[in-house]
Amino acid sequence: MKDSFFTRMGDGEGVWMSKAELEEEVQKGMENAVKKGKSQPLDKEDIDKLMDILMMPAKNVSVERGNEGVVTFDAGTLKLPVRSNIPVDRSTALMIHERILCSDTMELCHVDYSYKAIKNIIAEEGMAMEAAQMNCIMPIFYGAMPNMGLYTQPDGPVENWSVALPEGRIKDACDAQEQALELCKEDMIFIGSKMAEAGACGIQFDTIGASGDADAIAALEAAKVLSEKYPDLSITMGMANEFHLGMHGKLMFEGEKIAGQYPVRQIKSVEAAGAHSYGCVINTNSSKSFAWNLARSLTYVKEATRVANIPVLVNAGMGVGGIPLTNTSPTDCTTRVSKAMLEIGKADGL
Amino acid sequence: MHEMAAGMGGIRTAGDLVARMVMKGMKINEAKKYVADKLGCSVFDLSDSAKMKEIRESLDIGTVLSRTNAATGMAAKIKIAELLDIKIPSVEKFKKLISI
Repeated sequence: MKDSFFTRMGDGEGVWMSKAELEEEVQKGMENAVKKGKSQPLDKEDIDKLMDILMMPAKNVSVERGNEGVVTFDAGTLKLPVRSNIPVDRSTALMIHERILCSDTMELCHVDYSYKAIKNIIAEEGMAMEAAQMNCIMPIFYGAMPNMGLYTQPDGPVENWSVALPEGRIKDACDAQEQALELCKEDMIFIGSKMAEAGACGIQFDTIGASGDADAIAALEAAKVLSEKYPDLSITMGMANEFHLGMHGKLMFEGEKIAGQYPVRQIKSVEAAGAHSYGCVINTNSSKSFAWNLARSLTYVKEATRVANIPVLVNAGMGVGGIPLTNTSPTDCTTRVSKAMLEIGKADGL
Repeated sequence: MHEMAAGMGGIRTAGDLVARMVMKGMKINEAKKYVADKLGCSVFDLSDSAKMKEIRESLDIGTVLSRTNAATGMAAKIKIAELLDIKIPSVEKFKKLISI
């Protein structure tokens, strides 16, 4: 048998590797996650299974019968009408996902995918959710990002910490983030409440922590309020990064410091917020191989699922979860990630 | 692509039903068992589109193909809420709007 397998780099470029080269990449990727994220290494059985998946001759692969998980979406209704520029409205996009693509869930969202922007049009968004709920059978989330940076000057009311920090005004930068956190949190509670009252099945806080630890805490605190206020509203929280940046550095949520949290600690904060599922994000290194990235992502995910008390839904899109950083994700990689995350990572879905 | 490679299959199978339980915080295997018990089928059947077509049609909880006089949208969800013994927010809202 020819010892050469088609695989890819982290930017999507196709390359050929021998079994020994793939094994070396897997080992190094796993060791990176063990070192950085303090994850337990994959065991030999997991590595053997991953090697099998990487070396499968089929272009696209799938899970074995019975190993399926549920699929969820971020930027749900942005994908068909906006990114693909298909002239259908959002409610049609939902029906296409339900009746043709057979998605398990779907997310209604606005083209400006930030809670702050949605506040201005919340009445119309609520009506869109009401209409979607009348037509759809599958569960429909409403989703957006905290995007706490939008609260900074010149567009927002709060001093811009990205200006204050380089000038060495640390206290000003921290104060600004604490002010923005409160404004961001209140907007998310307001919009989450309106969507719950419009009949949304769930709320997605997507890409939390994009502006650092204060951004993540705004979402966690909003989730805590909403989970207590609306017990039948499902809350899912997707991360921005494999670790929370410490833009502030000292902020705590439920007794835990948020800055520097890796998945194994992120999920505990999400659980403490009363959320029902956790969206794990592992960043792809486009200079490394697909094998390196997938092994690294799997090591983080397996550690998160090992400690999780709620479902782990792995973010597996362009540039995360081991998938190459390219807008047209190669399906050979996408499907290998799907299979590996569910069968080795023991994720509950994607 | 994830739907084809690893998804439950949405309303083509029991994907929407299992997702509703995962959304309540159940891990995937627990959610599958809960739904299978409620449907009176095996966990293996949940992702079999032929088996689930029959089950979904008999329970009238919505299928991918439109059928005359069959429940869809809200009507199907009202039945799903009863079947799974859960509260679906939009169903609760709809009932309130029509005063039941």
